[in-house]
Amino acid sequence: MNGPLLKVENLTKHYPLGSGIFKKSIPVIRAVEDVSFSVEAGETLCIVGESGCGKSTVARLLMRLVQPTSGRVMIDGTDIAGLKKDALHAWRRRMQMVFQDPYSSLNPRLTAGQIIAEPVENFERLSRKQRQALAADLLRKVGMSPEMMHRLPSELSGGQRQRLGIARALSLNPSLIIADEAVSALDVSVQAQILNLLLDLQLQMGIAFVFISHDLGVVEHIAHRVAVMYLGRIVELAPSEALFAKPVHPYTEALIAAAPVPDPTRIRLEAPVEGEVPSPINPPSGCAFHPRCPLAVERCRIDVPPLVPMPDGRVVACHVRAPATDIPGRLAEAGDCPLYPVAMSETLSARASRVHR
Amino acid sequence: MQLHQIAGNDLLLDVRNLETHFYGEDSVTRALGGISFQVKKGETLGVVGESGCGKSVTALSILRLLPKLTARTVGGQVRFHGRDLLELSDREMRKIRGDQIAMIFQEPMTSLNPVYTVGHQIAEAVQIHAKASRSVAMEKAEEMLRLVRIADPERRVNNYPHEMSGGMRQRAMIAMALACSPELLIADEPTTALDVTIQAQILRLIVDLKERTGTAVMFITHDLGVVAETCQRVIVMYAGQIVEQANVIDLFARPAHPYTQGLMRSVPDRRRGRQPRLPEIPGIVPSLREPIFGCSFAPRCPFVIDICREKTPVLRDVGSSHAAACWRAEEVMGA
Repeated sequence: MNGPLLKVENLTKHYPLGSGIFKKSIPVIRAVEDVSFSVEAGETLCIVGESGCGKSTVARLLMRLVQPTSGRVMIDGTDIAGLKKDALHAWRRRMQMVFQDPYSSLNPRLTAGQIIAEPVENFERLSRKQRQALAADLLRKVGMSPEMMHRLPSELSGGQRQRLGIARALSLNPSLIIADEAVSALDVSVQAQILNLLLDLQLQMGIAFVFISHDLGVVEHIAHRVAVMYLGRIVELAPSEALFAKPVHPYTEALIAAAPVPDPTRIRLEAPVEGEVPSPINPPSGCAFHPRCPLAVERCRIDVPPLVPMPDGRVVACHVRAPATDIPGRLAEAGDCPLYPVAMSETLSARASRVHR
Repeated sequence: MQLHQIAGNDLLLDVRNLETHFYGEDSVTRALGGISFQVKKGETLGVVGESGCGKSVTALSILRLLPKLTARTVGGQVRFHGRDLLELSDREMRKIRGDQIAMIFQEPMTSLNPVYTVGHQIAEAVQIHAKASRSVAMEKAEEMLRLVRIADPERRVNNYPHEMSGGMRQRAMIAMALACSPELLIADEPTTALDVTIQAQILRLIVDLKERTGTAVMFITHDLGVVAETCQRVIVMYAGQIVEQANVIDLFARPAHPYTQGLMRSVPDRRRGRQPRLPEIPGIVPSLREPIFGCSFAPRCPFVIDICREKTPVLRDVGSSHAAACWRAEEVMGA
């Protein structure tokens, strides 16, 4: 199959606040606003951002657990956002989800074996023998012993439960796994085990991941590409190495600078950004980051910055660091990207440090 | 045994052989297996470890806030100003809590009373402990909110907790904790529920206030990055025991316990460059319901030898102000 495995175009989700027949306009929470990205087979795309930025809503939209307000979610070129229940059922085989909380996402009354086989039994009847063989095979794949299939979730540790959640997601042999904060609830030593498992599975089975996380250390470790979200929009999407080596959007820069580093000899003087994330009910005008941004200029208060392609393959939405050319129409075409001389980014970083002081 | 005995004048809190058990229907969990440590005046002591290692139980045992029906401190001493807190009456203990020793918790929403304004709650502590009048206490509350850099404190004192964001609530909690100028602040995962940019702000705030007020801080966290950025000395806990104790520079430069070393290596760290796999600590934490023979980390330890399974290692000096409970600490430090 040519083209990306998953292609998301202009995905938008507004949640109405209350409802009324007579009210003319209902305030909405703009959870996800005009989000577009694609995921290749076998690739890991990470979505990072702080709480309320819409990253979990994106995960739910991809799985069609919630209905998008507008936009398209295409798998192998088929738009699943418009599919009816029966047609959608078949596509669900292609992608599976792993949730954050290994305690609440497993049915406490089912044994590990039943939990693993349940997705398959949605599609075909399994004999007792087949079910056991399937469970044993999948448990081995996630590094657990097959005897564990008779255990209840309450008899397993947090790490084992998360392995079980992964085994369940693998049971349908999906091409894409969406992991929403899948390691956030785990202790670091167990987190390392689960991250290694996910990387191994990707190598062996060529699974693509959409990995949602707030932990930049984890993201840097496993991502091929990273999308940074702020208040419902992608503000920067870049290859992982480039993003961490040289963040372009001031919010990306602040996020990376804010992450605590396990090095006591490093001296940090100030918190990288002031203020808090504004409410998505009434987001700031123009660029949503402008009230906290040290680089903000007049234009940031007025216009929403478009995602502008940069020469190194990333896209950035910032009037100051990634200014669009004068003809807005041209920007929509990704192939037609304006090229910026490297010297410019140096003057900008000089400016950044001045403003920071 | 006493390690690095701190001189009398500098010593604020002296915990000796503290032992706390939890009682289930048919089992006893030895959550704290007799730990000893000290907190110096004005220092920031980090307490790190993974869930279930006993770090929060340590804090609750010191303040005697354990659930009465299911848990009991069965042994040891908590010496504070020459008195053993475990021997005090409930009334005397209440005088110390919030006044000389204050605590902030992970989730500020559950530790603030939703039906009173934030100003009222800060003022209450001041009224009780400093015997201040209502109006003086309310002024103090406003001053405290300004100190923790809440914008517009005149208006915010009249806010209810639900009218504040998570970061602001944690600031209000810190304001409340510091209102009576305690000598010791116990902070139990104060930034874990916060976003990274807000976490960075709160960590700065705690460090700044500590320097300004001279309050000693016992900082409980699972995050080694947070420890590195805020603490001067660190104790590492595993399975209800202190396995290592050092100043923060030495701990990160040359961890002497295999558990500390494993913990540090299993955190993704960009400075090591991109690794195909993270070094992991195999296995899981032992159950504290069963008796443990030998070193509790032995089943997961890459350095394990026969003696580890037979004899429990005690905390011993491995450098100046650096101690570890490991038979092979010197080799671990060299690895």
